[in-house]
Amino acid sequence: MKRIKTLETRDLCASVKNGGCGECQTSCQSACKTSCGVANQPCEKK
Amino acid sequence: MVHQYKLDGYDIVLDTASGSVHLVDDVAYDIIEMYKSRSADEICGEICAKYPEVTRGDVLECLDDIAGLEAAGKLFTPDDYEELAGGRKAASRVIKALCLHVAHTCNLNCAYCFASQGKYHGERALMSFEVGKRALDFLVENSGTRRNLEVDFFGGEPLMNWQVVKDLVAYARSIEKDAGKNFRFTLTTNGVLLDDEVTDFCNREMHNVVLSLDGRKEVNDRFRVDAAGHGSYERIVPNFQRFVAKRGGKSYYMRGTYTHFNTDFTRDIFHMADLGFTELSMEPVVCAPGDPCALTEEDFPVLCEQYELLARDMLRRWREGKPITFYHYMIDLKHGPCIYKRITGCGSGTEYMAVTPWGELFPCHQFVGDPKYSLGNIWDGVTNTAAQDEFRACNAYSRPDCKDCWARLYCSGGCAANSYHATGSIGGVYDYGCRLFKKRIECAIMLQAAMETESEG
Repeated sequence: MKRIKTLETRDLCASVKNGGCGECQTSCQSACKTSCGVANQPCEKK
Repeated sequence: MVHQYKLDGYDIVLDTASGSVHLVDDVAYDIIEMYKSRSADEICGEICAKYPEVTRGDVLECLDDIAGLEAAGKLFTPDDYEELAGGRKAASRVIKALCLHVAHTCNLNCAYCFASQGKYHGERALMSFEVGKRALDFLVENSGTRRNLEVDFFGGEPLMNWQVVKDLVAYARSIEKDAGKNFRFTLTTNGVLLDDEVTDFCNREMHNVVLSLDGRKEVNDRFRVDAAGHGSYERIVPNFQRFVAKRGGKSYYMRGTYTHFNTDFTRDIFHMADLGFTELSMEPVVCAPGDPCALTEEDFPVLCEQYELLARDMLRRWREGKPITFYHYMIDLKHGPCIYKRITGCGSGTEYMAVTPWGELFPCHQFVGDPKYSLGNIWDGVTNTAAQDEFRACNAYSRPDCKDCWARLYCSGGCAANSYHATGSIGGVYDYGCRLFKKRIECAIMLQAAMETESEG
């Protein structure tokens, strides 16, 4: 594509099937303790 | 939902439901903007008029590319996750994380402390080993098949109850193998009592340590003072430096709070970096609107500029081989959280709870001391199911304001405590916090895009 470059990202739709183990860190435990953000939590599945 | 923005020379298009990120040129940016509302002929007309060098053939080619991305589920992807969010949370009774309030007391007297100098509007108290041990057993008993269990030693100042912290870690280690669990401990400290013995223990046992410093001496010492009113900077910075020097590669964050008094907070982040710290977090204060600390509407554009400046400076440091991490700019596009994590909210009141020194359960540390949200205790479990159900109902779709928000799969509906303090309801929306959050995500993705583009050469 000439005008569009798509970065490699995790396919969230596909993660409906391959996600949901629940082993990842609770977002508030990590550093913030005041403002929730979930996007920066790494996935535990390798 | 598609969200488009331009920042620092990057034209960025986010397809939020698929998680796709596209870097485009100005022409494609405009075409994507019109794609769903105009015909191909109309788009060709508009684009060719605006960009004389672009031919009709160019536009049609770009339209084909967009159609291909849509067909591949990478653009204009419908967000069909709402049912999944409610259903999953309603079904689960697993608890996997506890915030243990081992000390409702503090050796600092920070004016802005949400916990009213560690006392949470109640009596000073230390958690006994027996209460902490029961809390760990309660966590194991309620954790279902989850292997990784998180326990944060929190306060007040947890180092004021250090022996109990050590004893609880030893107890957890003694039961985790047979229970099939892996405890991950974190500790949040103001650094006053962070000596060599604490450092060595933490570096051995704590998965993550959060070090509280607000940045420059004059900023830190404005609020972070002892009972006599003396600033804490000179006492804590050397402790933090010794701690991090011995930390090896293990996780830590230096965490500050910025207020109306330091809207130039990047100077505080850079000051932390100058002191040798690289893993950094800086949070906007949340307080009553009339409070002198409170961020104002006039502050907002200043803060947005600061976040942009931070992203730019982080890119510069990365190019120079001396990167710093800013907690809110950590986005792993390839191996980040799955959709379930993104839609079910922070977990407060359901899979995450706070435990007081007396063993009382609250939805999270921010609700401790509010009788309305006392959920039960570690012996009888959750008995206030009505309050818990309010939290169980929170997810990325539960707040009306989130319905048309592009950022909901990045914040998962945001912080219930912030909503509660800003609107009186956990189902409300802390608009100011949302706007800052969105700015941070835009900067974070731009930074990732820039680093990826430059890495590829």
